Amino acid sequence: MLFGIPWDTSSSWAFALSILPILLIGLWVTIQAAVLGFIIALAVGLLWAALKAAPLRIISWPAAFVTEFLRDTPLLIQLFFLYYVLPEFGIILPAFMTGALALGLQYSAYTSEVYRAGIEAVPRGQHEAARALNLTGRRTFTRIVLPQAIPRIIPAMGNYLVSIMKDVPILSVVTVLEMLNVARIIGDRTFNYLIPLTMVGGLYLITTLIAAGGVRFLDRRLPKTGIPLK
Amino acid sequence: MTQPIIKFDKVVKAFGSFVVLNQLDFEVQPGEKVTIIGPSGSGKSTVLRILMTLEPITGGVVYVDGQPLWHEQASDGTLKPASEAHLRKMREKMGMVFQQFNLFPHMTVRRNITEAPVQVLGLSKAEARERANELLEMVGLTEHADKYPHQLSGGQQQRVGIARALAMRPKIMLFDEPTSALDPELVGEVLTVIRKLAEEHDLTMLLVTHEMNFARQISDRVCFFDQGRMLEEAPPEQLFTNPKEERTRGFLKAVLEGN
Repeated sequence: MLFGIPWDTSSSWAFALSILPILLIGLWVTIQAAVLGFIIALAVGLLWAALKAAPLRIISWPAAFVTEFLRDTPLLIQLFFLYYVLPEFGIILPAFMTGALALGLQYSAYTSEVYRAGIEAVPRGQHEAARALNLTGRRTFTRIVLPQAIPRIIPAMGNYLVSIMKDVPILSVVTVLEMLNVARIIGDRTFNYLIPLTMVGGLYLITTLIAAGGVRFLDRRLPKTGIPLK
Repeated sequence: MTQPIIKFDKVVKAFGSFVVLNQLDFEVQPGEKVTIIGPSGSGKSTVLRILMTLEPITGGVVYVDGQPLWHEQASDGTLKPASEAHLRKMREKMGMVFQQFNLFPHMTVRRNITEAPVQVLGLSKAEARERANELLEMVGLTEHADKYPHQLSGGQQQRVGIARALAMRPKIMLFDEPTSALDPELVGEVLTVIRKLAEEHDLTMLLVTHEMNFARQISDRVCFFDQGRMLEEAPPEQLFTNPKEERTRGFLKAVLEGN
């Protein structure tokens, strides 16, 4: 029994059916962690991209250093750091929040590069035309550059959403009851690992396929009239 | 003589050790239509880009409408580098048409024209729309208002580019090789619009082009640039038929024989 839901070990099929609701609770945690982490990655990544593009090196260099650090060290170390070290400084977050934050921060280093590439792909002439028309820097960014950058970056961002989802099981090491952790607990208690782990694989496949399909749908639906996409 | 609307006073522009403009002195009178010709690398486009504040200058002073463009008067009377606020104020006086059009691809033709008047000049949407309609009629593109730039030919796109610049009601229009990126059969329609502008408005126009016949027809004065300096300036008839400088003669011979 887990989460108050009992399992039925009378046959393989009955077992599989009885643990499905339990695994779905775990899947829901997985999805929440991935989505929250992805939102953090999108927001913080845009911040990094803006800071790294700053003309002042005192701003751009620290941002470049931090993103390089986030990218080049294992997610597990960053997770342990947030989970075990931050409390020493009095910052205590629930395991789930810590996990989502760790995922979001590491992926923010990746998304910042995607933003940078998307923004740099907007031709120089667009900036010059905006300047000649006396648009402010902020309006140029929000009304000219970003609308042309976003269609370019959606496919790459979609890959990171799928990727972040597949990294969620790492959160099990800090006790987050995501789907794989739940499956392992079921295995530990029933000595049947084959069925729960197979089901986790299947559920993962279905979820990531849906997510990838959603990204493709968004990519197709988003207007990108005349914007050269290369 | 009236006060020049554009004045370059010993302007230097260098990219590292490469000197693009070398102590350039150059003036344009209000309402004058001036064409700049010259070989590539002579700095002729740089003159326009400096005026539109797309390129800062390395030395000297540029005056537009009597005020320094890249400088501001400090309280003690000396010139200090211009603030962004000063540049914004000065930019209002000028509009630019680009070789590559540089239309905003994600906006319709009409939005391309109304965007800056609404965002920068604070026009209401209706006012900007009305202004855009007038300009689209002038450039002959009324029926294309709701299309996107990529649905138009190069010549049509460039006419939108002209309308977009005019929508800001500049005193000075800068044309940077406006027909160089066009297929030959589309050049005429753009030149027709520019000619109409030149004939019907008291706009000051500064044009960089390789269209020698056109330069001859619309210009009050033609300037030949070479190696970052203005080598010769004269009314078009004189410069094209009887240039003083050997270098000008060589250039015109090469260009006109090429046609």
